[in-house]
Amino acid sequence: MNAKPKGVIGQSVQRIEDRPLIIGKGMFAGDISFAHQLHMRIVRSSSAHGVIKRIDTQAARALPGVHAVWTAADIPEMGPIDFREGKIEKLEPYRQPVLAIDRVRYVGEPVAAIFASDAYTAEDAADLVEVEIEDLPVIMDARAATGEFAPGLSSEAAVITQGFGDTASVFATAHAVVEIDVTVGRHSGVPLETRGAIGRYDAARDVLELHGAAKVPHKNKETLARLFGRPAAALHLFETHVGGGFGVRGEIYPEDILVLAAALRFGGAVKWIEDRREHLMAANQSREQHHKTRAAVDEKGTLLAIENEFWHDQGAYPRTHAMRVAETTCGILPGPYRVGAYKALGHYRLTNKTPAATYRAPGRYETNFVRERLLDAIAAKLNISRVDVRKQNLIRSDEMPYARPLCVLEDDVSYDSGDYAGLLDKSLKAIRWDELQSELAERRKRGELVGVGLATFVEKSGLGPTDGAHVCVDTTGAIEVITGGASVGQGFETVMAQVCAEALGVDYRNIRVVHGRTDRIDFGIGAHASRATVMTANAVHAAALIVREKALSFAAELLQSEAATLDIIDGRVIRRGESEGPSITLGEIANHLRPAAKLRRGREPGLSADGWFDTDHQVYPYGNQIAVVSIDRETGAVNVEQYVIAYDIGRAINPVLVRGQILGGFAQGLGGALYEEFLYDERGEPLSVTFADYLMPTANEVPKVDVIISEDAPSPRNPLGIKGAGESGIAAVGAAIASAVDDALGSPGAITRLPITPQRLKRILNRLASA
Amino acid sequence: MKPAPFTYHRPLNIDEAARILADVAEHDGRIIAGGQSLAPMMAFRVARPQHLVDIDEIVALDVLCIEDATLRIGARVRHSRFVPGAIAGPTGEIFAKVMPNIANYSVRSRGTFCGSLAHADPASEWCALATLLDAEIIARSVRGERRIPVSAYFDGAMSTTLAPDEIIIEARIPVLREETRTGFYEFSRRKGDFAIAMAIVAFGVENGRITSPRVSVGGAEAYPRRIREAERALDGAAPGADAFAAAAEAAAAAVDPMEDAVTDAAYRRDIVRAATRRALEQAMQ
Repeated sequence: MNAKPKGVIGQSVQRIEDRPLIIGKGMFAGDISFAHQLHMRIVRSSSAHGVIKRIDTQAARALPGVHAVWTAADIPEMGPIDFREGKIEKLEPYRQPVLAIDRVRYVGEPVAAIFASDAYTAEDAADLVEVEIEDLPVIMDARAATGEFAPGLSSEAAVITQGFGDTASVFATAHAVVEIDVTVGRHSGVPLETRGAIGRYDAARDVLELHGAAKVPHKNKETLARLFGRPAAALHLFETHVGGGFGVRGEIYPEDILVLAAALRFGGAVKWIEDRREHLMAANQSREQHHKTRAAVDEKGTLLAIENEFWHDQGAYPRTHAMRVAETTCGILPGPYRVGAYKALGHYRLTNKTPAATYRAPGRYETNFVRERLLDAIAAKLNISRVDVRKQNLIRSDEMPYARPLCVLEDDVSYDSGDYAGLLDKSLKAIRWDELQSELAERRKRGELVGVGLATFVEKSGLGPTDGAHVCVDTTGAIEVITGGASVGQGFETVMAQVCAEALGVDYRNIRVVHGRTDRIDFGIGAHASRATVMTANAVHAAALIVREKALSFAAELLQSEAATLDIIDGRVIRRGESEGPSITLGEIANHLRPAAKLRRGREPGLSADGWFDTDHQVYPYGNQIAVVSIDRETGAVNVEQYVIAYDIGRAINPVLVRGQILGGFAQGLGGALYEEFLYDERGEPLSVTFADYLMPTANEVPKVDVIISEDAPSPRNPLGIKGAGESGIAAVGAAIASAVDDALGSPGAITRLPITPQRLKRILNRLASA
Repeated sequence: MKPAPFTYHRPLNIDEAARILADVAEHDGRIIAGGQSLAPMMAFRVARPQHLVDIDEIVALDVLCIEDATLRIGARVRHSRFVPGAIAGPTGEIFAKVMPNIANYSVRSRGTFCGSLAHADPASEWCALATLLDAEIIARSVRGERRIPVSAYFDGAMSTTLAPDEIIIEARIPVLREETRTGFYEFSRRKGDFAIAMAIVAFGVENGRITSPRVSVGGAEAYPRRIREAERALDGAAPGADAFAAAAEAAAAAVDPMEDAVTDAAYRRDIVRAATRRALEQAMQ
């Protein structure tokens, strides 16, 4: 481990953004209101697939307080919703219209929009809209025969392949072949705060504003400016406090476009707040994939080749992420292991369910489950331990950086650094793996169903290519850091302040961090895919170093010293090592650098700077998760008794915040492993549209987790050595718990599907009992 | 999730409540007390009462006491009132065992015992307990007062023999004999969820033999009921693993379990078996 520097980086300092949240002064989307605003309510399809025969809005229009009712015919200029990363030729015809045109393809699809004086009237009016739909056959399983999305367009929108080496010949000659057939259930991020969008047209300045933005304000601004044909300066996005992002918040959905279009047309403000039922049928769902995977191994369990064919259940339309989850699935599946040859074949299939997109650790939660199931199957087949089969296949630290001819998010996979086996040893020690085996054996003898399972994984984070930041010291010495980042509650402001504070030599609490406002900075990478700290913090670091340089160079002249002999301590430039000598504060320097200041003498005005960080590749943190579970034989319930998460983050800016990310992610991972699932009936009716049916783990269900934050492998790809933290806690929970449940059952490979509900597990128990 | 329009009434006494309800019953007028089931149903617009008659102002409905060996529970008594010690004896013990399993803290602070009986959810713990204890439901209307034995009260899932103009003003429960042992077990996916099935039991032990056994199973069928087959298996038997297993098996065999998209009849039957045995075991602890 690196020696801890004494600066504020690496310290678990308190968050600077918490005060308004704690005293109830937070500003979430629901808190945003403008005078005379209209309230929008969406009329949603009650049919999973059908032809719209008639939409009668007359009664709704006649209701007092209703301002307008729109169907697709009212907004012909609003084309389908674009992909975030630009045009994708083969998916263009599959894009979702803002309001359904001619056909509906999932229950919950927006069909009409009501604009009324208040939310109650809007909902009353929505009830009065009559939508007549002639049902068409539905596709509810991505593995079923394909159908037509539209005449001549197959429901298999794309086939994705990646791979390297000649798998066929390896399989033909391998010592053994191990096959699995596994399914990850449909679930998603379900933030406490539902989506919300407030569109406002400011006629005085001719600016169209979207409030309630999250995650990727700058990217969305680009897309929306293009859609509305407005110059960049005439459309702005404003982030509020965000009550959880997790991938689903902050994408462009039909509702965002509708509030903007209505604000523009009606010349005022239009507010929409999603209700929970809507959220569970309209916000992006995720995860649902079926994998048929096989491995060719030698007699010691060395992975010679993997072939993976999978069916990705995309739901009714591609969304802004297009095929990213399926592509990541292909690129990341081999994880932390060496594989001689690899072939992935993904069927990107449209079904009549809510559209799918990214959810925290997209493509990894799924593939960690698949790959670790495969490793367990190899261990069982060859009768070697689950630890040994992993250890001998893990990529070694002397093989780093480890490139493999695969691609994730259009970036060639190249693991930057890591000691995978070393971290696994730490985790095994933490759980007392060897003693645990005999303890569990003892309990099994007494009739208990107990077991332990493990999963190893590689995360990806910090996708570039570039992010920038602006650091500015005012004449009082207060500092503003302007970023194009976003905060989804993760502690963004604190982390940026810590990095700036250390580079500049100031108190991090004296720094304000701006994020999520497109009117303050032209570019911004947002907060997604664990990149904010890697990209934005490194940009802040760069900007702060330039400001530091400017301050020192000015002070050098004033203090008649070499800049190299000066230091900045707590916002004051001093001679290095002299706490009593001459000094000048950053505020005083900023004052001397005012445009009209006499001492400026041709220097660029202002004590401020832009900083940029460019990178060629993502960075790859890694970890292990180990679960100890017991099973209630009679009910099929799984109790997680112990859980260890070990994670190497390269360098933790604020360990408590990292821990928070890991624990929060774990709770969500537990949901996907045991509780959460979006179910549909055979006609496509969603069955999980309330919190009584879509089961999120609560404080009662989430066990204590031991978190090991390791800093053995700083990234060589950025000056601070940072890797991302956001998705490690969730990434392998399904994998580890499945392995532990198998072990408790004494039946390797028994678990083939997530979530492991008591109903499903009881069926397995009954089957094993009768066998 | 905003409710459809309704007219709100807030009577100050039972007579006034009965009069208002008589007027509005035919327009789907409903009583509201804690509102922990009705209000969410209104938010989903599954329930669209045009009138709500809120009985929360009627102090007379606060009664919670034992009189003449009968426990009286007024219509304004919240779930959270049934803490250990609130009611004496084994009757109080079983109420206190059941109460923390109802939903969550806020529901328990607001929802009412009589409201649960009126709502008649198949998985209601209070409905199963009322069934176990031979409760009597006191219904008031402008037509007078009616006493409905619990055995004649439920008539389907979320359906009762209460008339639309009747208000439950009280539930009366004959108290259990001292020395009665009680047990409760329910299984749900998460703590506080609607149970997949539950069992509540009460019995005495005299001379090493079970006396007056009662077994009530809830959540498995459209409404809770006493399982006579299980009670027969227990009556006169020595309390212990054999008798409990036999009663559990009898309960599992006797029920005709509901099915839904995630839970089939076989699984619910398994849970009835486990819940019955565990409730019986708990009673012996």
